[in-house]
Amino acid sequence: MNWLVPLPVVIPLIAAGLALTQVRRPRLQGLISVVAISTMLVTSIALLVLSDSGPLVVNVGGWAAPVGIALVADRLSALMLVVAAIVLLGVLLYALGQGIADGDEGAPVAVFHPTYLVLSAGVANAFLSGDLFNLYVGFEILLGASFVLLTLGGTGERIRAGTIYVVVSLLSSVLFVVAIALIYSATGTLNLAQLSVRLGELDPGVQLVLQVMLLLAFAIKAAVFPLSAWLPDSYPTAPAPVTAVFAGLLTKVGVYAIIRTQTLLFPDGRLDTLLLWAALLTMVVGIVGAVAQEDLKRLLSFTLVSHIGYMIFGIALSSQAGLAAAIFYVAHHITVQTALFLVSGLVERRGGTTSLEKLGSLAKYAPALAIIFFVPAMNLAGIPPLSGFLGKLGLLQAGVQLGTPLAYALVAGGLLTSLLTLYAIIKAWNKAFWQEAPEGLPQGDTPRTMFGPAAAIVAVSVALTVVAGPLFDYTDRAATDLRARSPYVDAVLVHGDRGEGQSSEAGEG
Amino acid sequence: MSPNLVLVVVIGVLFGTGVYLLLERSLTRVLIGVALIGNGANLLLLVAGGAAGGPPLLGSGPEDEMSDPLPQAMVLTAIVITLGFTAFLLAMAYRSWQLHGHDEVQDDLEDRRIARRAERGELDPRTDDATTSVDLEAAQVRDETEELTAAEIAANAEEGRR
Repeated sequence: MNWLVPLPVVIPLIAAGLALTQVRRPRLQGLISVVAISTMLVTSIALLVLSDSGPLVVNVGGWAAPVGIALVADRLSALMLVVAAIVLLGVLLYALGQGIADGDEGAPVAVFHPTYLVLSAGVANAFLSGDLFNLYVGFEILLGASFVLLTLGGTGERIRAGTIYVVVSLLSSVLFVVAIALIYSATGTLNLAQLSVRLGELDPGVQLVLQVMLLLAFAIKAAVFPLSAWLPDSYPTAPAPVTAVFAGLLTKVGVYAIIRTQTLLFPDGRLDTLLLWAALLTMVVGIVGAVAQEDLKRLLSFTLVSHIGYMIFGIALSSQAGLAAAIFYVAHHITVQTALFLVSGLVERRGGTTSLEKLGSLAKYAPALAIIFFVPAMNLAGIPPLSGFLGKLGLLQAGVQLGTPLAYALVAGGLLTSLLTLYAIIKAWNKAFWQEAPEGLPQGDTPRTMFGPAAAIVAVSVALTVVAGPLFDYTDRAATDLRARSPYVDAVLVHGDRGEGQSSEAGEG
Repeated sequence: MSPNLVLVVVIGVLFGTGVYLLLERSLTRVLIGVALIGNGANLLLLVAGGAAGGPPLLGSGPEDEMSDPLPQAMVLTAIVITLGFTAFLLAMAYRSWQLHGHDEVQDDLEDRRIARRAERGELDPRTDDATTSVDLEAAQVRDETEELTAAEIAANAEEGRR
């Protein structure tokens, strides 16, 4: 069943080409996109089931692992793929619904679908890559697509915000290339499995330099404080579906890369103290920023930054429980954050704005909208019994298990952040939904075609609570594999230092 | 293995000038800075491949004198990516000039606005802090026992219909 592994990358890419040829037929374009992303979702679910009995490896082009590029689907990759595909499909349907509601006027839909599919392929490639340079290529594919999506239409505000996003992203890519160059000159390989063997033989000082370089590049992408200032400024200006998919997925690709490199390449945990501090600052500074905001989308962007801190916290604990809880939290956060941004897009359509000063009375005039905002909002704040509470509980337990003063500080910081998230969200709820609107609301209706997908994503985020038990077991097994390292390495390098395929009998080149 | 000193110096100069230009306000200069840093990183990849040697083609010379082909392939990939993103940045700078007549990168407007409002002490009238005096609040609060005038009832019904 190994032939399934490249499909999540290949299908969206082929579909992007197809969609580009059908510029004049928006309906056909939409159909192509939906079919492609649905196929991607089905494949990902198949991978999720199959990888539970061991990582699946494909050597691209039949070249054996360290020579060629390996695509690896282990438990972590497969889980990330499934959650990503669910979110991509939901947002795509929402965007189609928006197109139908707006009568396809004004939005350059012709560009949207191919770019969106390229973005999906880039995300899948980053999750599946078993090779550091291919990971970089995956990042660049999704970044290129995200630049186009963020500046759709080229309005003044989007160009202003997009400029900052583009320059910061390019800078993090350059850092990544420099890290790749240094790693290659130090070890002579870029295959992750082989690196995990060879990096350990290096001088500890050199190892530390390489680790810091990689962490810097990924922390910019994941928006870890103090490298997070670009995010709240650039995301809110994009169209609602675009913001939703960015907030849900792009930062988590950075988090995934941090998990992968920290566990596989640098298992000594020498930077854990630094990462714990970064996690604490990300949580607290992010959420204090959210409390000050007066615009719903910006408020949500700040909560996004703040909750990245929880995941970094779980990773930096370097324990089985911490890692399992962090992976669970990533899955929970992708769905919840996407749901909230989709709902804020609906709020914008119904109320004409996302400014909390101008909104009001939505609970009275759009009760269904109020419900699908309230559920993920409570989930984000971590109210029992929802999945946000379970994820945070797992993280805090893991922190208490470690029991150092810094870990206790982080547990306190996590609780404080949770409380302040609740405060910020309730403030937004009060102003936008509960209290009277200062100048009344415009007449209007929420289009069903957009409400449906948003409600579906909310339902998925609630469903995570229902399947939390099996999911936690799954992430626990994933964390075991990651910490053992041997399942991944042995699956890629079957012949000791070579993978399956050609040149497996060649000498050291 | 010791790397080529000339290349190392060139990499240093490219990174230095690139960082300087990145810190400018004008997007065109930032763009040139990005291109320079990108080229510096590509050269670094090339140097990472070890000493220069013969072309990595089988049969063109002794195999142990060949240079490493992998960094060359990676540099080619990176060059193409840099090209695409430079073109995109150029388009953005041009669009910015079309819209505003300049290509200066602007600040985060919303942040500025919130900071200014906080300095002036202006608050949304609907927050709790805006009505701190009890008398003011008492005047605004309506409870269930109050008698409504006919006009108010009509107004409420009207609001309900909306």
